Amino acid sequence: MIETGLMYFFAAVALGGSIAMLIARHPMRVALALITTMLSLAGIYALLGVHVLAVFQVLIYVGAVMVFMVYVILLIDVRDSAFAQRFSWLLVPGIAGFVGLAAILCFALWRGDSAPGSAAAPPFGVRPFSEVFLNEYWLYFELVSVLLVAAVVAAIAVVKIGTRRHG
Amino acid sequence: MADTELLVGLGAVLYAAGLVGVMVRRNALVMLMCMELMLNGVNLTLVTFARQTGATEGAVLVFLVFVVAAAEVAIAIPILLLLARARRTLDVEAYAELKG
Repeated sequence: MIETGLMYFFAAVALGGSIAMLIARHPMRVALALITTMLSLAGIYALLGVHVLAVFQVLIYVGAVMVFMVYVILLIDVRDSAFAQRFSWLLVPGIAGFVGLAAILCFALWRGDSAPGSAAAPPFGVRPFSEVFLNEYWLYFELVSVLLVAAVVAAIAVVKIGTRRHG
Repeated sequence: MADTELLVGLGAVLYAAGLVGVMVRRNALVMLMCMELMLNGVNLTLVTFARQTGATEGAVLVFLVFVVAAAEVAIAIPILLLLARARRTLDVEAYAELKG
């Protein structure tokens, strides 16, 4: 009972955070709204019993990605014209597209077959996750590490090209 | 199982909100954050379905999506900083040279 209430609470907070992202003016407030959404999604993952992903959501998304993002917002000039005017000329078609897309997706969800309902699936913790991850999907693990190295090298290359061009 | 439908619907709405954010907002950094919101919506759907079928593979896939998103941000942020240094603005209206 309390889990259902918490689930609805976290879903409402995630929804409110995403709407606040769309209407907030300053990028820092957008970032804080996104952090709120991500934390409530982590709460939902924990309620679903997928604790590994809840921890990774907090560690990787909130801890790494969003801290990086907030740091960059602090570096950027606040008198930017993009800070003053929030919306581009696409506002009305964008809102119409949002309503249309959300309506189509929710209509498909409502019309679709209901869940197969294997609600008795055991919650998987760290151990089954890492067994599957490092036994069956070790190749993807290694490829992801290669991707991260490539991303670091590419970021350094981008910064170096920029400093050479602008002195 | 009403939870599944609630969460898949929430994922769909988060995805749509991220998409409209990318389309509507002017600040390139905010557009990047809205892309992260789209990724989060898809992740929520993936986790919900993985939980429903008890498949651990879904969790592995979500973890890989986390790492790819981190790599994407690590590339995108230096590009945005260079853009801001070149034009003194992050307004996407200022970068319209390719418009015909």
